[in-house]
Amino acid sequence: MDRIREAFAAGHKLLIPFVVAGDPDYARSLEIARAILDAGADMLEIGFPYSDPLADGPVIQAAAVRSLKQGTRLVDCLRLVQDIRARSSKPLVAFTYVNPLIQYGPERFFAELAAAGGDGVIVPDVPLEEAAEVAAAAEAHGIRFVPLVAPTSGEERIRAIVREARGFVYCVSSLGVTGERQDVSRQARALVDLVRRHTDLPACVGFGVSRPEHVREIAAFADGVIVGSAYVRRIGEAVDAGRDPVAAVRSFTEQLKQAALEAIRPR
Amino acid sequence: MSHYPYPDETGRYGAFGGRYVPETLMSALLQLEQDYLRLSRDEAFQAELKYYLEQYAGRPTPLYYAERLTKHLGGPKIYLKREDLNHTGAHKINNAIGQALLALRTGKRRVIAETGAGQHGVATATVAARFGLECTVFMGEEDMRRQALNVFRMRMLGAEVVAATSGTRTLKDATNEAIRHWVAHVDDTHYIIGSVVGPHPYPMIVRDFQRVIGDEAKAQILAQEGRLPTSVVACVGGGSNAMGIFYPFIEDEEVELVGCEAAGHGLHTPYHAATIARGRPGVLHGAKTMLLQDEYGQVQPAHSISAGLDYPGIGPEHAHLAETGRARYVPVTDEEALEAFFLLSKLEGIIPALESAHAIAYVMREARRYRADDIIVVCLSGRGDKDVEQVAAREGETAHGSHS
Ligand SMILES: Cc1ncc(COP(=O)(O)O)c(C=O)c1O
Repeated sequence: MDRIREAFAAGHKLLIPFVVAGDPDYARSLEIARAILDAGADMLEIGFPYSDPLADGPVIQAAAVRSLKQGTRLVDCLRLVQDIRARSSKPLVAFTYVNPLIQYGPERFFAELAAAGGDGVIVPDVPLEEAAEVAAAAEAHGIRFVPLVAPTSGEERIRAIVREARGFVYCVSSLGVTGERQDVSRQARALVDLVRRHTDLPACVGFGVSRPEHVREIAAFADGVIVGSAYVRRIGEAVDAGRDPVAAVRSFTEQLKQAALEAIRPR
Repeated sequence: MSHYPYPDETGRYGAFGGRYVPETLMSALLQLEQDYLRLSRDEAFQAELKYYLEQYAGRPTPLYYAERLTKHLGGPKIYLKREDLNHTGAHKINNAIGQALLALRTGKRRVIAETGAGQHGVATATVAARFGLECTVFMGEEDMRRQALNVFRMRMLGAEVVAATSGTRTLKDATNEAIRHWVAHVDDTHYIIGSVVGPHPYPMIVRDFQRVIGDEAKAQILAQEGRLPTSVVACVGGGSNAMGIFYPFIEDEEVELVGCEAAGHGLHTPYHAATIARGRPGVLHGAKTMLLQDEYGQVQPAHSISAGLDYPGIGPEHAHLAETGRARYVPVTDEEALEAFFLLSKLEGIIPALESAHAIAYVMREARRYRADDIIVVCLSGRGDKDVEQVAAREGETAHGSHS
């Protein structure tokens, strides 16, 4: 069973939200994940909180801090995947930094992620040169190792990276860490074009995607759109204001999904 | 020992090192490696580097026989490699000059740096002023408080100082912020990392720019004593002064190499920065190395009285030297370092940086293990002016009994 492939095979552009496991606490992060999937998201990226998230801007850093303060451990993140899986058949992708993965042990990590119903993994601080061990362990358990490509990668690296890619290719929209941006970078489209020249795998765009109009714009040329900080900020703001974060993410998902559906399909 | 071959072509020192960074940085790191390898063989570049090390930084620094300290301890002959006499008061300027020239040769007009004690920040701000580079320094909010004088210095030199307010608000988080900033500005900015840490090729570049300490010390001890030292001792934060003085001695197996880690309140407490003694292999700031962390791989806060040693990781080459046993790493507490800070001031008229005081403290503690004709070379990595206020405040508190 390949849930990632089936999701892309459905023929529409995928909306792929990102949330942090255990933010603001375990129970509500489970509710949030379920609400996002029920409201029309096609896949979910689940951030495993880490003390030193190098690729993340202040919004996702703050969410990781909130989660870790609640005592979230890696085993809790795996349990969250399992609890989400119990009620959804959509693809679930873990987003984790490499150090927690190494400490847990790549073999054990991927065996348990697969058993929990996970489908893929994104490790933002493991570039191609360091990927062999982690990617092999993932593959052995049927977990797709989704690599990132960046506007700075250049064609030669992109060719080498997508050769090892599984599931889809994560295109980083612009220079910089995660966080909301005003506009979609022009580099995003060029990057997707370059990726398509070297692989038939789906190409998704993330980093900085924050608004329905961004989703509409990107869905016109990419196969999927990843939205992270904009979700995580809404969750944090709702919690701070004593409002229900579940309601906030549900309506946001509906707007983004609508935008993704409106996009024209060039392929 | 056969020829020491590290790093290998993948940027590893045995099991340690590598490049664990976001893909956005990979092309820049590969380019930097190529540029650096080319320039390290470029005679004009090397001549320019030598010129600034001599005429601007004030090299060579003396290897000073600490006669009164030697007599006081009644053991081995103690020599101090006087990196405190460099311009800006620490060894950090060696690397800052080298990397500023590297930035210029690679067409970068902007540099960024992280800093703990502020010494590397000051060194970077200084060379940025000299070479007309735009400069931003990231510094933990907590360290800005502890090292207020250095913050003022950097601003005087024209640098922008940005407070790192995430995590523990110390060197670790300043480094995170610098890396994040570099991810967003990698197209026009050179990141001057301040120690032998970070992704390959940085640990190699910083080591190579700091090896001048060891090259000089080796020639000087041979000139003054006619033989190699028994031990070479240095404090280890990220490990750049230690790697700089160790490196030229690595193949001289009879020379013992000793790195002094900050043991803070003691290894039996959680308040220390003893990465080799208490860490486990992990990944921090782009390198696989020894790391203070919990069982799930969350990085644990470090503690040291000295901001420059207050770091939960260590350069990957040190992790390798520890694993192979070529170097030995020993813990030194805050109290021991303070005692050494005062002793060296009183006996030799040299106020050491609190970081460097850790290396002096090891010699005080272990002098009895050595014979009278043994020779110990200690890297006095920096001067203590920056620490005087902090130490005075602490002594004042103790004197007025506000601890109780
Ligand atoms: C005087 C001095 N010594 C030592 C250090 C520690 O750095 P490293 O271990 O890289 O030499 C610092 C860092 O700020 C310093 O200022």
